[in-house]
Amino acid sequence: MMWRRRQLLARGAVGGSALLLGACDRVIQQPEVRTILFKGEDIHRGLQRALFDRDALAPEFRPDQMSPRFRTNGTRDPGTDAYAALRAGRFADWRLTVDGLVARPLALSLSDLGAFPQRAQITRHDCVEGWSAIGKWQGPRLADVLRAAGLSDRARYVVFTCADSYGGAPYYDSIDLVDAFHPQTILAWAMNDRFLDVGHGAPLRLRVERQLGYKQAKYLMRITAVESLAGVGKGRGGYWEDNVDYDWWAGI
Amino acid sequence: MGATAIRRHRLATRLWHWLNAVAVIVLIGSGLGISNAHPRLYWGRYGANFDHAWAQLPRFPAWLTIPANYNLAISRRWHLFFALVLAFSLLGYMVVSLINRHFQRDLRLRRRDLAPAHIAADVRAHLDLRFHDPEAPGEYNVLQKLSYVAVIFVLLPLVILTGLALSPGMDAAWPWLLDLFGGRQSARSLHFLAMAGLALFTVVHLTLVILAGVGNELRSMITGWWRVPE
Repeated sequence: MMWRRRQLLARGAVGGSALLLGACDRVIQQPEVRTILFKGEDIHRGLQRALFDRDALAPEFRPDQMSPRFRTNGTRDPGTDAYAALRAGRFADWRLTVDGLVARPLALSLSDLGAFPQRAQITRHDCVEGWSAIGKWQGPRLADVLRAAGLSDRARYVVFTCADSYGGAPYYDSIDLVDAFHPQTILAWAMNDRFLDVGHGAPLRLRVERQLGYKQAKYLMRITAVESLAGVGKGRGGYWEDNVDYDWWAGI
Repeated sequence: MGATAIRRHRLATRLWHWLNAVAVIVLIGSGLGISNAHPRLYWGRYGANFDHAWAQLPRFPAWLTIPANYNLAISRRWHLFFALVLAFSLLGYMVVSLINRHFQRDLRLRRRDLAPAHIAADVRAHLDLRFHDPEAPGEYNVLQKLSYVAVIFVLLPLVILTGLALSPGMDAAWPWLLDLFGGRQSARSLHFLAMAGLALFTVVHLTLVILAGVGNELRSMITGWWRVPE
């Protein structure tokens, strides 16, 4: 009798946990619960920004600490005719548009980008899925490019538009000015001492080293300074953020 | 009934216990969902598909994960929110328990507690399903103390710090985290192992609660009142 009761209770404990797990899937359907849960991102960002140095540098590594092989992820090749034509011309006709809230909109070639002061860094790339790879990146600081374009005081975010398409529209993502002006935030045209290959985002990708891999936009075509993310995509600042509920601030 | 009842758990302990219980369950469920995104564990600074994995984890089934159907973004939302609950409730509990002397009074391991003969006697008592010293029924037995100390001062801090080491933002703010654990992928492996330790503790803990008498144990953790077994 006693044992039967205990067995029932044991099942109850396991069942209770299963119920809690199942309940999570039901309560998140409530918009209020969703709002609270999604506030976690803002709390983490707020705490990290408030408690620590906003210009703290991501760890950098020695050449012998690099991954022997750096896997690709996301789009491996944009595959459009326009991209194929640029690639066939070794990106000589490619231009990076810098526009939006800037005094002097720019159209920069790879050699224009090479004329800026360069920064090279060996950093760790952390995919949201959990893996990490260490590689070397080189290019101008985004801060220098934004200054050259005469960034307006009204600008608060920088939006990146890419050559690859997701869901029929170009991939896009955005960062705020704390990360845009961070000393390690660069527009990388070289990886591991070679021109960026197609799998890793040729001819240019963003490196924003204190955030996860999906923020490292590849195949950059356009950089737009904006006051608000409301007019970008569905308003949450990026393709994954708009469509798959990923955090916009991917520092966690 | 009719037996003596004692006030076993203070309000702070009870409050933290339940906050922590909910946080741990949600964190394990959502963490297993995150694990399904890349079920390989590595040692060192880097680790991806071409690198050597020391463990290839199973795909955790829908009844164990939050959400049930694979959704990395939503698993992360649950995980990162409840990570805050876990960390700050532990911090609060630790501060209060130092002030109200719960740690010093109830969890301190004395030399005589750790004498091999005493531990062996306590193991035998557990096997006989006797969990309380009739001389001092309100005190934790030594196996209880050891497991609570391991959870509160080792496993929970370990799971929190290794979790912080997974944040690229925290790695810039606190680079010593990476030195402490030997790189981000080592921290990720240790994070998983600490979770496994907490899961094992939870199973043993629930089993012992059932064996010791669910009603009495549950009441003591809700109201604070615990009936002394005869």
